[in-house]
Amino acid sequence: MKIQQLSLFIENKPGHLISICSDLDKYGINILALSLADTTSFGILRLIVNDWEKAKTALEADGHVVNITEVVAIEVPNDPGGLVKVLDVMDASEINIEYMYAFAGNPELNTAALIFRFDKPDVAVEILRNAGISGVDPIDVFN
Amino acid sequence: MSTYWNDKNSPMNPVSAPDFLPTEQMRELQLYRLQGVVKHCYDNVEFFKNRLDERSIAPGDIKTLEDIAKLPFAVKTDLRDNYPFGLFAVPMNDIVRLHASSGTTGKPIVVAYTEEDMKVWVNVMVRSLASCGVSSEDILQNAYGYGLFTGGLGLHCGAEALGATVIPISGGNTNKQIMLMKDFGSTVISVTPSYFLHVVEVASEMGISIKDLPLRVGIFGAEPWTFEMRARIEEQAGIKAYDIYGLSEIIGPGVGVECSAQNGLHIFEDHFYPEIIDSDTGEVLPDGTEGELVLTTLTKQAIPMIRYRTRDITKIMTEKCKCGRTIRRIEKISTRSDDMMIIRGVNVFPSQIEAALLAIEGTLPHYMIYLTKEHDLDCLEVKVEINSAQFGDTVSAIEGLKSRIAESIKSVVGVSVKVTLVEPKTIERSQGKAKRVIDLRNNK
Repeated sequence: MKIQQLSLFIENKPGHLISICSDLDKYGINILALSLADTTSFGILRLIVNDWEKAKTALEADGHVVNITEVVAIEVPNDPGGLVKVLDVMDASEINIEYMYAFAGNPELNTAALIFRFDKPDVAVEILRNAGISGVDPIDVFN
Repeated sequence: MSTYWNDKNSPMNPVSAPDFLPTEQMRELQLYRLQGVVKHCYDNVEFFKNRLDERSIAPGDIKTLEDIAKLPFAVKTDLRDNYPFGLFAVPMNDIVRLHASSGTTGKPIVVAYTEEDMKVWVNVMVRSLASCGVSSEDILQNAYGYGLFTGGLGLHCGAEALGATVIPISGGNTNKQIMLMKDFGSTVISVTPSYFLHVVEVASEMGISIKDLPLRVGIFGAEPWTFEMRARIEEQAGIKAYDIYGLSEIIGPGVGVECSAQNGLHIFEDHFYPEIIDSDTGEVLPDGTEGELVLTTLTKQAIPMIRYRTRDITKIMTEKCKCGRTIRRIEKISTRSDDMMIIRGVNVFPSQIEAALLAIEGTLPHYMIYLTKEHDLDCLEVKVEINSAQFGDTVSAIEGLKSRIAESIKSVVGVSVKVTLVEPKTIERSQGKAKRVIDLRNNK
């Protein structure tokens, strides 16, 4: 359920995003999900990749500031109200969602995957398990 | 031989002996030498003679040390106006060395040394190095620039005379600096603080921690640097960082230096007589009061300087130093009146910004100050490199860091500031004297 996410500080200028993507390309690293938080002067690029350790080494060698954050990947039914069920559980437990973004879905199972950054990831995982909400395992994601 | 020099703080060390002279004896020596240098100038430098004559002052009027206040000041433009040899007090035949400033604004400033002047320079440099705990057993990597700049050769001659092993690598060539530091086992480096930080950073990229090398002492000068910068350097490199002070117009490096107490710089006042004046009125201020440092060369033959205004802001410290030296100390200089920026009518020094920035935990000493005009209003922007230790994963964490830095700077300088965080290694690294301010206000 828990996955390592790379976060990168990037200046909000032309050419900065492509330099990160080119580095990953050079090392054969595949991006599985991404989200970009932007402000007027800088952005934070958040990435889920198939080999985060290799990606971190490659990006840091090129002078990027990389942070590793534990996020939670959850599978929800691809139906109306699918997300509400998860949010209800978290709301009842007073766990805060710092940010979230969508992951790839699974058309065969009619599910969608979501990435959550909780203020208390370990507690959140426990609560989700107890509520019968299934996570996406790193193994499933990376293969 | 080694024990002789290792006893660097002992008054028994003949070269350092004047550092421990009883104050009354020092004043007596200073007066004797002051009278001599004033007469030497009056007799041999037309420019100086005219100035005294205009004021109806004769060399014989100097009867006490306090009488120095009767003499006119010398300023940088005097050297420039008399370029190249107008202020020489001896014939060229007696000059053994010429140095010159970089001359960023027009003609350079020329300084000259007789054989005797060179001996004085070497003497104060040996005393400087001894004061920083350097001995004949040390291997000194001299990363000051060699050439017309006085830093390189000044350190070189002093370290050689001390008996240390000198590596005359000069500035720049960072990879080689690190390679030699490692392979030769340098124990001392003399360098500008900003370039040393760059060396530490590049070493770390190469997988070398300076902390693990034999390097133990850094002799830093040629640019103003703050206490906060010292703390960073000492922590990152695991060395003792000492401040050395000097200026070409007086002699070069070796006018003053810190000691083991790292609390103020001892001025070698048997050769360089210090005064603190009010920059606006020219009035001499008592010890302990902050003002502009004025220096008189008491023994210099080639180009003696009487009451040279350094533009450096400091004060003479009154308490006795823990190291036992009796020669007076000036407070570590982190501001030059020349560096002062006027932002919306407020006087701001780059060193204040550096100190405020480094007061925030985890910040890097890589920054650049930009001054611009927006709608006819001065704007202060500080670009700071972000590092992974500070980088929170959320926008609010980074905005929080930005506002903490901005508040810290504003509280010190009293002017609001725009802080921009930039990616690592995007701010240019200096190979010598750091350039920290880019003023774009007059370019429109």
